[in-house]
Amino acid sequence: MYQTLKNLSPTEQIGAMFVIVFGLLMVGGLVIFLRSMREFDDPQQGARHRAELDQHTQLLKTSWFLVFVFWLAWLAGDIWRLVLFGLGSFFALREFLTLSPTRHGDHRSLVLAFFVILPCQYWLVGTAQFDLFVVFIPVYVFLALPVTSALANDPKHFLERNAKLQWGIMVCIYGMSHVPALLLLKFPNYNHRNAFLVLFLVLVVQTCMVTQHLVSHRLMQLGKRPAVPAISQSFIWRGWRAGMAAGSLMGAALAGITPFVPGQAFVLSLIACAAGSMGHLVMKALKRDRGIPIWRGQGKAVTGASGMLDHIDALCFAAPVFFYSVRWYFDL
Amino acid sequence: MMKRVVLDGAAVLVGYFLLGLIRMLTGSQARWWGCPPKALQRIYFANHQSHADLVMIWAALPKELRHNTRPVAARDYWTRTPFRHWLTSAVFNVIYVSRSRQAAEDPLEPLVDAMAAGDSLILFPEGTRGFADEPQAFKAGLYNMATRFPDVELVPAWINNVQRVMPKGEVVPVPVLCSVTFGAPMQVLPGEDCASFSQRARAAVIALRDV
Repeated sequence: MYQTLKNLSPTEQIGAMFVIVFGLLMVGGLVIFLRSMREFDDPQQGARHRAELDQHTQLLKTSWFLVFVFWLAWLAGDIWRLVLFGLGSFFALREFLTLSPTRHGDHRSLVLAFFVILPCQYWLVGTAQFDLFVVFIPVYVFLALPVTSALANDPKHFLERNAKLQWGIMVCIYGMSHVPALLLLKFPNYNHRNAFLVLFLVLVVQTCMVTQHLVSHRLMQLGKRPAVPAISQSFIWRGWRAGMAAGSLMGAALAGITPFVPGQAFVLSLIACAAGSMGHLVMKALKRDRGIPIWRGQGKAVTGASGMLDHIDALCFAAPVFFYSVRWYFDL
Repeated sequence: MMKRVVLDGAAVLVGYFLLGLIRMLTGSQARWWGCPPKALQRIYFANHQSHADLVMIWAALPKELRHNTRPVAARDYWTRTPFRHWLTSAVFNVIYVSRSRQAAEDPLEPLVDAMAAGDSLILFPEGTRGFADEPQAFKAGLYNMATRFPDVELVPAWINNVQRVMPKGEVVPVPVLCSVTFGAPMQVLPGEDCASFSQRARAAVIALRDV
């Protein structure tokens, strides 16, 4: 089996990979469906079971969504791939800023963020100008934005407003743009297979998040207390370690599709998982600050947000860390 | 004849373009909280904070209702340039009202004509855009229309967040998620006077902010 896969051309290998992943997701859906058929005599227990299944369904939907987007990205070709990720950034930033109050004075900065900075960053990815791509947002944009805000002549909550905007740009544009940037890393003897690297990162981070979620909920049922209850009701250190272990082992197992040897893949996955899961926790803290449990916010729809950020925040944190670790270690 | 066809086609295209644009920028989420979207004759009345309000509430309605639901807008502003005039009349099918009252002219007459023809209305009873958190006091137009057409459902609506998309004096809109919440239909109570009805209507709109 492994030999057969190895002898396929890169395109066929990537195709086979997607077939396998979609198959696994279908099996997951089937398991949830079968479990939902179970009947309970005690109605309270039944309700709990349903609530748990709802959460698992949500998790499965997230995974479907992510894999589907990456499948599209792989099909679509270079330019459309960038457009797809750019749109992802756009919608994520839209959601982020909806729930962070801005004032009239921020309007020009917001226009800059959405219509200048975002396209510029993806253009830099597309043209592979890595030197500028790395510093464009942290150096130039972070100096230019407060200037635009200051010129609007409104000192109220100035630091707070700018911090929020810069955070939104950092997570939604800078972080996200490092996912398609992975496609442009030039490994020796790894031509045309960079899509695997994106898939590798997504699978590893998602495995980590799902495992952490499942183990933490199991532990909570057994009476474990969350570690930081004011920020996350479901963050437990033991669950986190389980997620890290699962993600890293998944990474080591997938080493065959990457340019890494299993040991390297394990360490890089560990780094990506740490960044992703901790980033998710940070975004939870941000949400708590705004007084909302999920980005959809305020009883599901006053903002009309779809909860996009909930799906991609871990990836947004993991991608840059993974990207620079790889670049530094392999000296690309 | 040819020109007519081209202009009609352009109006349809511009309509779709604006619909796409407003969805991209705001999500244009409609929340039918107090009543379902139905093809009844209705007057939708909402808070007014931005020129985009008109487009927002138009985009939030389902396609079937959009055709015979006509926004009411100020003649002096929306007919100032030929493009604005064309946009509002051909795409949004707006009913114009004059804000400066001439003698011997009923400002509500175009509204009455439209209602008599069976159309629904979108009304901003504040008369002008407000910039405070809460809407200003409502003008008498809504009450007068409601008493003239007592069978029509009056549906309050709260437009959330649009002022952040395009604040006063800016030209480039910014993407922020917005929503329109439609409340439970209300009626003028028997013997209710204009002031107390307007207050009640305003309170109904404000109440939708937090549902």
